Amino acid sequence: MEPFRVQFATADLLVIAPELVLTGFALLILLMSAFARSERKDFLGYTALVGAIGALVPLYGGAGVEASAFSGMVTLDPFSFFFKVMIVIITLLTVLASLAYTKREGIAFGEYYVLVLFAAVGMMLMASGVNLLIIFLGLEVMSISIYVLAGIMRDDARSVEAAFKYFLLGAFASAFLLYGIALTYASTGTLDLGGIRGVLAEQAWITGLPILITGLALLIVGFGFKIALVPFHMWTPDVYEGAPTSITAFMATGVKAAGFAAFVRVFFYALPALQPYWTEIMWVLAAATMTVGNIIALSQTNIKRMLAYSSIAHAGYILVAFVAGNELGQSSILFYLLAYCFMNIGAFTVIILLGKKGEENILISDYAGLGFQRPLLAAAMAIFMFSLAGVPPMAGFMAKFYVFSAAVKANYYWLAIIGVLNSVVAAYYYLRVLIYMYFREPEPEKELALGHLSLAAVLAVIISVWGVLHIGILPSVFLSLARRSIQFLL
Amino acid sequence: MNPVGFPIVTVIAFFPLAGAILLLFVPRAKEEFLKRMALVISLVEFIISLPLFIWFDEGAAGMQFVERIPWIPEWGVHYFVGIDGISLLLVLLTTFLTVLCILSSWRSVERMVKEYMIVFLILETGMIGVLVSLDLILFYVFWEVTLIPMYLLIGVWGGPRRIYAAIKFFLYTMAGSVLMLVAILALYFLHGKATGEYTFDLLKLYQTVLPINTQYLMFAAFALAFAIKVPMFPFHTWLPDAHVEAPTAGSVILAGVLLKLGTYGFIRFAVPLFPVAAFKAIPIISILALIGIIYGALVSMMQADLKKLVAFSSVSHLGFVMLGMFAFNVQGVQGSIYQMLNHGVSTGGLFLIVGMVYERRHTRMIADFGGLSRVMPVFATFFMIVTLSSIALPGTNGFVGEFLILLGAFKANPIYGIFGATGVILAAAYMLWMFQRVMFGAITHKENRALKDLNLREIVTLVPIIIMIIWMGVFPKFFFKKMDLSVQRFLYDIKARYEAVVPPPAQQEKPAGMEEEGSHHAPVNIKE
Repeated sequence: MEPFRVQFATADLLVIAPELVLTGFALLILLMSAFARSERKDFLGYTALVGAIGALVPLYGGAGVEASAFSGMVTLDPFSFFFKVMIVIITLLTVLASLAYTKREGIAFGEYYVLVLFAAVGMMLMASGVNLLIIFLGLEVMSISIYVLAGIMRDDARSVEAAFKYFLLGAFASAFLLYGIALTYASTGTLDLGGIRGVLAEQAWITGLPILITGLALLIVGFGFKIALVPFHMWTPDVYEGAPTSITAFMATGVKAAGFAAFVRVFFYALPALQPYWTEIMWVLAAATMTVGNIIALSQTNIKRMLAYSSIAHAGYILVAFVAGNELGQSSILFYLLAYCFMNIGAFTVIILLGKKGEENILISDYAGLGFQRPLLAAAMAIFMFSLAGVPPMAGFMAKFYVFSAAVKANYYWLAIIGVLNSVVAAYYYLRVLIYMYFREPEPEKELALGHLSLAAVLAVIISVWGVLHIGILPSVFLSLARRSIQFLL
Repeated sequence: MNPVGFPIVTVIAFFPLAGAILLLFVPRAKEEFLKRMALVISLVEFIISLPLFIWFDEGAAGMQFVERIPWIPEWGVHYFVGIDGISLLLVLLTTFLTVLCILSSWRSVERMVKEYMIVFLILETGMIGVLVSLDLILFYVFWEVTLIPMYLLIGVWGGPRRIYAAIKFFLYTMAGSVLMLVAILALYFLHGKATGEYTFDLLKLYQTVLPINTQYLMFAAFALAFAIKVPMFPFHTWLPDAHVEAPTAGSVILAGVLLKLGTYGFIRFAVPLFPVAAFKAIPIISILALIGIIYGALVSMMQADLKKLVAFSSVSHLGFVMLGMFAFNVQGVQGSIYQMLNHGVSTGGLFLIVGMVYERRHTRMIADFGGLSRVMPVFATFFMIVTLSSIALPGTNGFVGEFLILLGAFKANPIYGIFGATGVILAAAYMLWMFQRVMFGAITHKENRALKDLNLREIVTLVPIIIMIIWMGVFPKFFFKKMDLSVQRFLYDIKARYEAVVPPPAQQEKPAGMEEEGSHHAPVNIKE
């Protein structure tokens, strides 16, 4: 076998231009924060904002382009394009939600934004890597940034605990993934996804089947951890609860999106030949993930924990599409993630807006009477909750509809039935938020953050509401986008 | 196809929503203005829905005022709406009752008036949307959309146990409908695989003939969703809770329209999509309907709370609707549709009346009343007429509906007819007994001596109900002629497709007006 020899050409830089822009801005912020006086660090956040918007510029030029770079390690295709745009949107919304929040919680260090941008770079690499090593590198860049971000509230025991837990378990998961990559390499002799696909298509691998299947299982564990599938979900509630809320939103959407991007690309592009082996495992994982996530969410009183379990359940719904495995299923994964990113970040941003210093007001019961005190904010939250519950005309309904239609098309009726029944269970806990907001009187001593609202965070909420309603009412444009983005798999 | 030249159905469906958006910009402090605006919006809505009745061509059996534009072309989903003789009157019932509901909320809604009116108008859009949708996804979206405002109506403006009632209502209905969603998807793919055309177009899906076992499963999924909404025994337990806790107008619209969406769902979706399964399900549905009729009546008799009594009487009345529909003959089905309207008018009226007395006394216990006819003679008159209509006295609308239903039921199976008829007797018993305890006799409670009779607004609210009761009672032809052909065609269609699978016992006459459209295509047979 030939040794790796990575070719370098200037044109290759264009392929990873969005990543480069983000990295550049991250380094800039790092420099600026070293020289800035501590009381004037607002502009670091704005710089991050500019960076995220700046990353859209090369993306705009890259629409519809197909190119690969660095000897076929990284690619720019509609699939990675879709995810890169989504990651930029997630980053933008996260930064918007963070501007006031970080000041309130005293974590407005330059490092905060630097790490957010670096994590975004890692996510993008996961979405665009077509080599197992690049995907792994992307995953590590993302994960290490997030480990630090989860613990960035240094004085808060829960935050530190979250970071520590996430780091320990995450390191294990990375090891699993790496071992899976190693075994895949051992049995196919290549790390290139296209190469693996080619080797498997030739049927020459039968001799190494047990090794390959073991590798497959380890890959599932590794990815399953990052996207929080049951039974690899144990870290999620503690980490989501302990981490700063803005980072929780970032994790729940960005990490999940990037994890699924790599998951889909590796499994559907490189390993479709093994589909018979993983379909049944995924079936069980999907059913377990939906059911466990939803049932435990029922009893949560802390809204961040509730959304943590809900995000587990949503990963389960997406996995239903994964099991279906048809074209409908693959594009519905993309569509679902997009819908999910708007409704979830939206919900977390409302939580941020209502919070007080020291992570107060995060019990569901704290929202009693919100509908009277802050009608618009409560209405936005209601839209997100209905969307998460999958009630039309919100994005969540269209997303679920798409996923379940893929399952029905592939004749996984039972999985679809388990899924829809789960969404009834889920409706109960999402509606509970509404019950507190609208059906109960505010407690007299309890004071929600009734003062000045951060404009940036409000903007994030508005964008999210727009996304949820647009996807829910006129999904066509997003559907065809999602469908075009998986063309390379066909 | 559309004689009007402008998309009238869309205008009617979305006008209330536009009105609700308009209300958003009115400051919440101007409560009186908000109420007036909402009333005007609902009145205008009612008025613009009237031309439907006039322009509706009773000589055509098919869908009229049809609009069809692609909505989600990737999935074959269309914005496809239209009205036939079955949905026409229900749409009018909706716009009619909404006006009365808003009028009745004038005093009873004290807080969050703005939100109340907005929610109510959104609900109207949702209900009309369900009634006019001819695309399964569009229908499903509207179907679920109606849940949100009703949930809020019960939960925000309801009685003491409103939270429990609201969540029970939401979860029950949603649990029923999600399985229907899976069935819709399955139907979509089966039809698509057989014909190559992936569509949610209801009229095209009507042509699909599924294998019998598949039909059973899908019919079961649809029927469950609709049976919960109707509600049929034994899925009725959410109804008394929802009714008792809902504000008056919420109860009126719940009984008047939302429950009809369940029975309408049977007649528009579950039965014509899966005719073989529907025919095979006649005994089950009929027996459940009969249990509902008798059980609902018996439980009503024992209620101490007026609103609960009316709620359980709904279970009984809707049992009649289902019994008539599943007779599958012209009398039964026409009676069934007529009874849907009747129930909307008279039970709606009863809830309004209970609401009026509740506003005065803040109690609904029958035992707290007695002798009210002495202090409230005008009220007594209205109450009496509505009560008689609910009992189905000849000359009122209720009689026409129940008579036809029983006629149809006797024709289909005399045993069902006999049991159904007992429901009429029981209805007289519980309604008259209730009326006697509330209105007649000596005034036993001091508080009742000073009760004021109805004011002008309340009279204005009730007069339309009385007019409809008598109009529909003495001149039913006016309404029947609009639905005749649609009903005949409905029966012809389902029988033809049933007999394509199960050999026919006798030849069926093809009704006139059939050749309009659709049904030319050969049925699409899907092999197992």
